[in-house]
Amino acid sequence: MPSLEEISKSVHDLLTTALPPVMALLTGFLIAGLLVIGLFTVLGLVLVFMERKVSAYMQIRVGPNRVGFKGTAQTLADTLKLVLKEGLTPSGSDKFLFNLAPFLVLITSMLLMAPIPFARNFQMWDLNIGVLYITAISSISVIGILMAGWSSNNKYSLLGAMRSGAQIVSYELSAGMAILTVVVLSGSLKISDIILSQQNGWWIFKGHIPVIISFVIFIIAVTAETNRAPFDMAEAESELTAGFHTEYSGMKFALFFLAEYVNIFIVCAIGAVLFLGGWMPFHIGSWGAFNRVMDYIPSSVWFMSKTFFLIFVIMWFRWTFPRLRIDQLLNLEWKYLLPISLFNLLLVTLVAIMGWYF
Amino acid sequence: MILLILCGIAFAGGGIMLSNVLARSTKNKVKGEAYECGVPTIGKSWIQFNVGYYLFALLFLIFDVELVFLYPWAVVAKQSGWIAFVEILIFLFILFLGFLYAHKKGALKWM
Repeated sequence: MPSLEEISKSVHDLLTTALPPVMALLTGFLIAGLLVIGLFTVLGLVLVFMERKVSAYMQIRVGPNRVGFKGTAQTLADTLKLVLKEGLTPSGSDKFLFNLAPFLVLITSMLLMAPIPFARNFQMWDLNIGVLYITAISSISVIGILMAGWSSNNKYSLLGAMRSGAQIVSYELSAGMAILTVVVLSGSLKISDIILSQQNGWWIFKGHIPVIISFVIFIIAVTAETNRAPFDMAEAESELTAGFHTEYSGMKFALFFLAEYVNIFIVCAIGAVLFLGGWMPFHIGSWGAFNRVMDYIPSSVWFMSKTFFLIFVIMWFRWTFPRLRIDQLLNLEWKYLLPISLFNLLLVTLVAIMGWYF
Repeated sequence: MILLILCGIAFAGGGIMLSNVLARSTKNKVKGEAYECGVPTIGKSWIQFNVGYYLFALLFLIFDVELVFLYPWAVVAKQSGWIAFVEILIFLFILFLGFLYAHKKGALKWM
């Protein structure tokens, strides 16, 4: 079976030999763009379906099982329905900002697709400040959410957006600290370098307890950042109807929804890259035969299985923990997670300098 | 990056355009009102808002700038050894003092 790396290389060779350089570049861009849009749609469909199925089995239900084979076409049907619905704009709203907000949220999550390594050497843009790029771009989506909430001229929306803004910016700090610990250990901001530094063991195994602490902090922080339960204050539906997208309907709502699910994928992918070794296969010390078998599994399968495992964990949280109140939520971040992650950073620095990792 | 921005605009714009073309649209006065669970809306929502959120935004700004300062340090920390450790100790100590001050002043208390 040809790997993704070989396919992309052969396509690149074909383009450069068959076409003049400018045309080859443009065609390459076109293919990459189509791939990203395709991936975006497929991810949205798969993740929504997965969420509904996981929720169903956690509650001993069957979940969607009528449309298509065992309900697999359910999300497709839902999307079709959303496309056919009328997109309302409330008469009291700020029309320009109201229509701009879904674009902003969607473009943000699309930009985050760039530095994600889907397989060995299969990455759209391996820039040398990859980790910084991710933290910088991911904070733009707050603006989109605040914009959506404020421009709707609706009290539910405003409250939801304010809460969501406070929550996202707070938890970004802890997530950033957790990311920094891995940067300290691997000594590079480039995503491919970080993955290569885990060749002889993933950081969560190599880095002792401090890295495990920062992994736990990272998972908590990204659950809050993507507005997932138990931190879904922004759209606590029993209280705020739907939070910042109360007034959105039809396709605009679908875009928010899609961006939310793709964001979950992206943060889980980053978690997999930083702590679980990205596309690196699982190796155990000197077990030659075992390592050979693990090497035989394609790198894209490794990456996807790690990412989807983390997504499953985050979906699991939703049915395990009750929702927090806004003051409890901010307390948890500012009084516990932030001091812990500051102290943890010191510990990791000590580990890195003394060379106590394997 | 520009490619991805264009992709995003094309995807979102295409979706909304498609929806506009396909969807049936009727207009009436009640439809344009804000949805607040059926109760008629009282006043606008563009009002002065709880100052608590503002305090957290300010605190966030301080810590986020600090985080940005930490990135270049984190890259070279392993090479520079103990100097890096002592420096980060001093830096985080000063930061922690500020954090304690904010805590004492009650900036982290809700309402």
